[in-house]
Amino acid sequence: MKLELRGITKRFPGVVANDRIDLVIEPGKVHGLLGENGAGKSTLMNILYGLYGADEGQILIDDQPVELRDPGDAIAAGIGMVHQHFMLVPVFTVAENILLGAEPLDRFRRFDRNEARRLVTELIERYDLPLDPDALVEDLPVGLQQRVEILKALYRDAKLLILDEPTAVLTPQQADGLFASIRGFTEQGRSVVFISHKLREHRAIADSVSILRRGKNVGTLDPRTTDEQEMANLMVGRPVSLVIDRPQPTVGEVVLDVRGLTVTDPTGVRVVDGLDLQVRRGEILAIAGVEGNGQTPLVRALTGLQGITSGSVSVEGRDVTELTRKEILRGGVGHIPEDRGAEGLVADFTVAENLVLNLWDAVPFAKGRSIQFAEVQAHAERVVEAYDVRTPGTTTPAGSLSGGNQQKLVVAREIDREIDLLVASQPTRGVDVGSIEYIHEQLVVKRDAGTAVLIVSSELDEVLALGDRVAVMFRGKLVGPFPSPVSKEAVGLMMAGVDPAEALQRGDT
Amino acid sequence: MAVDASEGVSRRERRFAAFSVLVAAVMIGVFAQGRGGSSATFVLNDARGGLFTLPNLVVAVVPAVLVMAAVVLAIAVLQFTRGFGARAVPVVGGVAGLFAVSLLIWAGAEQTVSLISLFRSTLFAAIPITLGALAGVLSERAGVINIAIEAQLLAGAFAAAVMSSILGGPWWGLVGGILAGVLISGMLSGLSIRYQADQIVTGVVLIVFATGVTSFFTTQVLARNNALNSPDRFGSYAVPFLSDVPIIGPVLFNQTLLGYVAVGAVVVLQFALFRTRWGLRLRSVGEHPKASDTVGIAVLGTRYKAVLLGGVLAGVGGAWFTLDSASQFSREMTSGRGFIALAAMLVGRYSPAGAFGAALLFGFSDALATILQRLPVPIPSQLLRAAPFVVTIAVVAGLIGRLRVPAAGGQPYLKQ
Amino acid sequence: MSEHEPEAPRDDGVERPPPGPLKSSVEQERAAAEIAAAAEREAETKTLDLGAGLSDRLIVAITGTSLRVTVLALVLAFAIGGVFLALSEEAVREALGYFTSRPSDTFVLAWEQIRASYAALVGGALGSPRALTETLVLAGPLILTGLAVAVPLRAGLLNIGGEGQVIAGGLVGGWVGFSVTGLPLVLHLPLALLCGMLAGAAVGWVPGVLKARTGAHEVISTIMLNNIFVAITFWVLTTTAFQVPGRADPISQSILPSARLPRYIEGLRGDIGILLALLIAAGIFWLMERSTRGFELNAVGSNASAARAAGMDPSNSTIFALTTAGALAGVAGCLIILGIDGRISPGFSSGIGFDGITVALLGRGGIGGSVAAGLLLGGLKAGGRSMQGATQTSLDLVVVIQALIIIFIAAPKLVQAIFRVKVTDDRTTQISKGWGA
Repeated sequence: MKLELRGITKRFPGVVANDRIDLVIEPGKVHGLLGENGAGKSTLMNILYGLYGADEGQILIDDQPVELRDPGDAIAAGIGMVHQHFMLVPVFTVAENILLGAEPLDRFRRFDRNEARRLVTELIERYDLPLDPDALVEDLPVGLQQRVEILKALYRDAKLLILDEPTAVLTPQQADGLFASIRGFTEQGRSVVFISHKLREHRAIADSVSILRRGKNVGTLDPRTTDEQEMANLMVGRPVSLVIDRPQPTVGEVVLDVRGLTVTDPTGVRVVDGLDLQVRRGEILAIAGVEGNGQTPLVRALTGLQGITSGSVSVEGRDVTELTRKEILRGGVGHIPEDRGAEGLVADFTVAENLVLNLWDAVPFAKGRSIQFAEVQAHAERVVEAYDVRTPGTTTPAGSLSGGNQQKLVVAREIDREIDLLVASQPTRGVDVGSIEYIHEQLVVKRDAGTAVLIVSSELDEVLALGDRVAVMFRGKLVGPFPSPVSKEAVGLMMAGVDPAEALQRGDT
Repeated sequence: MAVDASEGVSRRERRFAAFSVLVAAVMIGVFAQGRGGSSATFVLNDARGGLFTLPNLVVAVVPAVLVMAAVVLAIAVLQFTRGFGARAVPVVGGVAGLFAVSLLIWAGAEQTVSLISLFRSTLFAAIPITLGALAGVLSERAGVINIAIEAQLLAGAFAAAVMSSILGGPWWGLVGGILAGVLISGMLSGLSIRYQADQIVTGVVLIVFATGVTSFFTTQVLARNNALNSPDRFGSYAVPFLSDVPIIGPVLFNQTLLGYVAVGAVVVLQFALFRTRWGLRLRSVGEHPKASDTVGIAVLGTRYKAVLLGGVLAGVGGAWFTLDSASQFSREMTSGRGFIALAAMLVGRYSPAGAFGAALLFGFSDALATILQRLPVPIPSQLLRAAPFVVTIAVVAGLIGRLRVPAAGGQPYLKQ
Repeated sequence: MSEHEPEAPRDDGVERPPPGPLKSSVEQERAAAEIAAAAEREAETKTLDLGAGLSDRLIVAITGTSLRVTVLALVLAFAIGGVFLALSEEAVREALGYFTSRPSDTFVLAWEQIRASYAALVGGALGSPRALTETLVLAGPLILTGLAVAVPLRAGLLNIGGEGQVIAGGLVGGWVGFSVTGLPLVLHLPLALLCGMLAGAAVGWVPGVLKARTGAHEVISTIMLNNIFVAITFWVLTTTAFQVPGRADPISQSILPSARLPRYIEGLRGDIGILLALLIAAGIFWLMERSTRGFELNAVGSNASAARAAGMDPSNSTIFALTTAGALAGVAGCLIILGIDGRISPGFSSGIGFDGITVALLGRGGIGGSVAAGLLLGGLKAGGRSMQGATQTSLDLVVVIQALIIIFIAAPKLVQAIFRVKVTDDRTTQISKGWGA
C-alpha cells in the first residue's frame, strides 16, 4: 500500500502541531519519522489513524484520496497503529483485547471464547510472537503488552503499520527483536511507519527518514547514507553537541546510604528486593533499566512517597524511613518526579506558586500562617530568569508552558535550594533537545556544587552520558554499579537480565 | 510513612476481628440476657397454605444466642490470629448475619414471627433496589457515574402513578415509569456525555430536580385532583404448582410482576455483560474508551445506550413504588432507596448478581426493621429506619478502598 | 525577555549558574515562540492574577465557567421554571387543549400566571423592609452552608452532607439553647453556637476520616449521614429531653431568650445571624486565599499527587476541609434554630444541604461569590414564600429553579450551545473524582 500525505496542517491552542506536511510512504518499506518531543510526530500519526481531524490537507492511499474520520475508517483502509501509550484494556485478556471490535460470535451470538482462543493462537503462531491468549493484559510486562498491540493491528490485516515510539519500553536487545519482526512485515509487503526520537534506531531499521521540526517536515533522507550529526542538526535546527561536557567528579563522603531495601506492592510482590546502594557527595549515580523493574517504587521509597517493608535508608547518616515526605524534603533532599504532570506541578497554579510548592509554609514565603505573596513573586521572578524558564510571566499557570519549560520549572524548584541529595527520576522525559541539554548541564552543576545526585532513567543514552557510576535495575535488584564508562551493549544486556560479568565481556567484544 | 503494604491486609483483618468482638459483646451483653420469654416461635408456612404444612420452629432464646455468640468469638480469634485472606469480607458478612439472626431471636422471645413474610418482605423491598442498582451497573460499566438513581426511581414512581391513573391500568403505569426513567437518563447522559458536565454533580442535581418537579406537580396538580393520583396496581401472580412448594413457593413464586422482572433482569444482564459481544464492548468503553475508539467502537453511542437502558430498568424500579408498594404517589416517597441501590451496586462490585445479593441484604435489613417495629423491642423505630444507611457506610468504608471500579468512570470522553 | 537586569541573587550559600546568554539566534527565536505559545494557551484558560486571582483561577478550573454563563444560567432557569409554572395552572392546561384553534389564549394565560408569580417572588425578596430583612435572615444559613460546600470543593471534595451537619449543629445548639438555664446572653448564646459548631464539625469529620483512612467516597458517606441524621431528628423529638413537657407532638421546647440571636428591628425576624455569617465568611476568605493552609487545600484540590509530592498531606487536608465544612454547617444550623425558628421541628433542615451546593456552585467556589449567591438564594427563598402566599404557587418551584441553575452552571457548554456564544474555555468541568479516587 502506498500512502501519501499532502499539506497536512493541525493547530492546537498556542501551537501549530503540523504545518503543511507532505510525506510519501512506499509499499514494503520502513519509513522513519524522526523529531524531538513535541515536533508533531504523534499528532501526524493520530490524524492518519482518524483520531484527530486535520485542519487542512489530504490523505491519499494508492493515489486515491481518502477521508479518515475515525479509526474505523483507518482500519478499513488497512492502517494499523501501535500507540505509544498502549490502547489495551488492562482487565481484559490478551484474546479479548486483540479481538475487541471484531469479535467472533457463536450461534447464540455470544462472544465465542473458544473460537477467540483459536484465532489468537493461530495469529501468535503465524507471526511468531509468543503470548498466552488467556493472560490478563495488566499482568503482562510492557514488552509483551506491545506484542498484543502489534497482534491487534495484524489481526485486522493492516497493510500499513504505524509504530509510535515502540522502543521506549524495550531493552536494546528487545528492540533488535522488534526490528527483526518489522523486517518480516515488510517482506510480506506491508509498509511500516517507524516513529522515534533516537537517530541510531532509524539508521538500524528505516529505508527513508522524514525529519519533523516544530510541526514542519524539514527533509526526507536516506538514514544509511546520512551522517548522525547532520540528522541531529536537522532535527533541532542548530548544531547540537551529542556529548556532555563533564569534568571529573570530586567525590566526598557518602550522603545516601541504602541497605537491604525491600518494597512490596499491594499484592505482596517484592518490587524492590533487598537493594543496597550508596551515593557520595559530588558524584552522579545513574540507574538504567527497562521500566517496571522497580525503579519507580525505589525512588518513591527513597523520597518518602511510599512505605518500605524492610531495610534502611539514610541521608547524611540520618535514618529517613520513619520521616514524612515533608521532613525528608526539608531535611535536604530534592526530588524531580518522573511524571511532572502528575506529581511535579499543579497545572492550575501559577509559575510563582509552583516554584514554592515545596516550601509553601516556610520562611520567607510564609510568615506564621500567612502566605507572603510579595516574597513568592520576587522569588519567582529571580528563578525564572536564572533558570531560563520561558514563560510570559510569573502569574501564568504552569500548565500553559511547553513540556520542556514545565520540566525546567520543576528542576529549578528542586535544585534552587541547598540540598544534600538530589533524586531525579526521568529528568528529561518528553522534553525538547534544548531543554535536555540545559537540564543535563544543571544536574552536573549541582553535582559539582557538592550534592549527591541519583538519576533514574529509562533513556540509556542519558544514563551513560551523565553517570559517574552506572547501575542497572532488573526485577527489583540492582546490578552494579560500575564506574563509567560502561559500554552501551553491556548495559543493554544487563537490562535484559544477563549476568553482569558475561554482559561486560560480551559488551566489550 | 506509616503506610505499609504488607501489613495492610492483616491490619484490616484486625479491624474485622475488633468488629466481631463488638458483635459478640452485644450478643452476650444484650441478647443473651433475654427479654423475659424463654423461646421464640417462627412460622414457616404461608397463610395460603401449600402442598403440606411445616411445623413451627421454636427456638430457646438464651442458648441459641449464646451458641451464636460463641461462633462469632471463634471467628474473631481466627481473624486475629491467622486471618481469612480473600474470604475476609464474606466472613464479616457471616458475622453480621449471625448478629441479625440473634437479634431476631431476641426480639421474637414470647412472640410469633413469620419467616415467610420476613423473606417475602425482603425480596419485595429488594425489587426497586435491585433495579436501581442494575441501572447503576449498566451506566457505570460504560463509564458514566450514575448517582441519579434516586431521581430515576422518583420520576418513575410519579409517572407510573399518573399514567396508570389517567389511562387506567398498571401496564400504562409501567410505560410511564419507563419513560420517566429514560427521561432522567437522557438528561444525565446528555449533560455528562455531550456537554461534559461533572457526572456526580449532574447526578446530585438531577435528584433535586426530580424531587422538585414531582413535589411541585404533586402539590399544584395532584393534590387538587385526586383522580390523577389513584393508580391501578399490579397484583401478585402465583406460578402454578411452584408457588405451592413450602418456603420457596410463597417467597419466590408468588410475587408481583415487577419482582419477576427484577430477577429476570439480573439473570439476563449477568449473562449479557460477561458473555456477549455487547457486554465486552460496553465494558471496554468504561475501562479504556480510547482503546475502544481505536478499534472502531462508537464510545459515545455505547455510553448513551447503556445509560438509557439503565433508565428503563430504574424506571421500572420506580413504578414499583406506586404500582406495587403504595397506593398513590406522595412527595419524596423513594426516601433514599436510590442511594441504597447505589451502595448495592458498589457492594456488588459492579456485577448484576452481586448487586442483587447486596439488594437482598438491604431488603432484609428493611424487612427486619419493619418486623422489629411491630415487636415489643426497646429500640426506637425512628432509629431502625436509619439502619440501612449505617450498614451502607460500614460496608462502603470497609470495601470501597479495595474495589476495582471501571477505570474511565466519571471522565467524559473527548477525542482531542 | 531579558531586557531588564536580573535581580541580584540572594546570598544564601547556594551556587547558581549565571543567567547565561542564549545560545544562538535560533534559540532566541525558539524562546520567543515558546513564550508566545504559552501566552496563547494562558489566554485560552482565562486565568487571573496572583493574590486576588488564587480563588478565581481555581474556580475557573473547578466550574469552567464565567460570570456570563452564571447570568445566562439564571435566566434560563427562570425561563424553564416559568414553563413549569404555566403547566401547573389548570387554566393554562385547559387552554392548551384548544391550542390549535386559539393559541393566543395559552400564551396570555401562561404569561399572566408567570408574571404574577415572579412579581410576587421579587416583591417578597426586595419589595419592603420586611421582605429585605427576610431575605437577609434566610441568607445567613445559606451563606454558611454554601461555604461548607465551597471549602471542600476547593480541596477536591464534594460535600453533600450539609444537611446532616446542619441538623447536628441545630440539635445540639438548640438543646444547649433551651436546656441550659441561668446564663446571661453574652455567655449562653456563644456557648450554644460553639456547641452547635462542634457538633457539626464532628459530623463533618466522619466522612473526612473515612475518606482519608479507608477511601470511602465522601459523596456516599455524606448522603448516608444525612439520612441517618434525619432519622435521629425524628427520634430525639420524641424524647422527653427535647419535647415540651406534657406535649406529644415532635417539636422541641422553645429556645430561651438568653440563647436567641438578637433581632435588630422590633417585630421583624431579621437578626444578627447575617452579620455572624459575614464575619465567618471573612475568616474563611483569609483561610482559603491568604493562609498556608488554604494554599495546601487548593493544591490538594487541584492535584493531590503533586501536593503530596511537595510534602503536603492530602489526607490531613481532606479531614480538615470536611471538618471545617461541618463546623460551618453546624453554625448554620444554630442560625436556623437560635434565630429564625426558635425551636426544633422535624424537617427544619430540609433541602439545606442542596441549597449549599447551589450557593457554592453559583458563587463559583469563591468566598465572595458564595456570599453573593447566598444573598441571592436568600431572596429567592423569601420571595418564594411570599409567592406561595400570594399566588398559591408551591414553594417547590424554587427548588426546581435551583436545580436548573446548577444544571446550567455545571454544563456551561450547554448554555453556550443554547445562546450560541463563542466557546472560549474548552476545558471540561470536572469537579469530582470517580469512585476510585
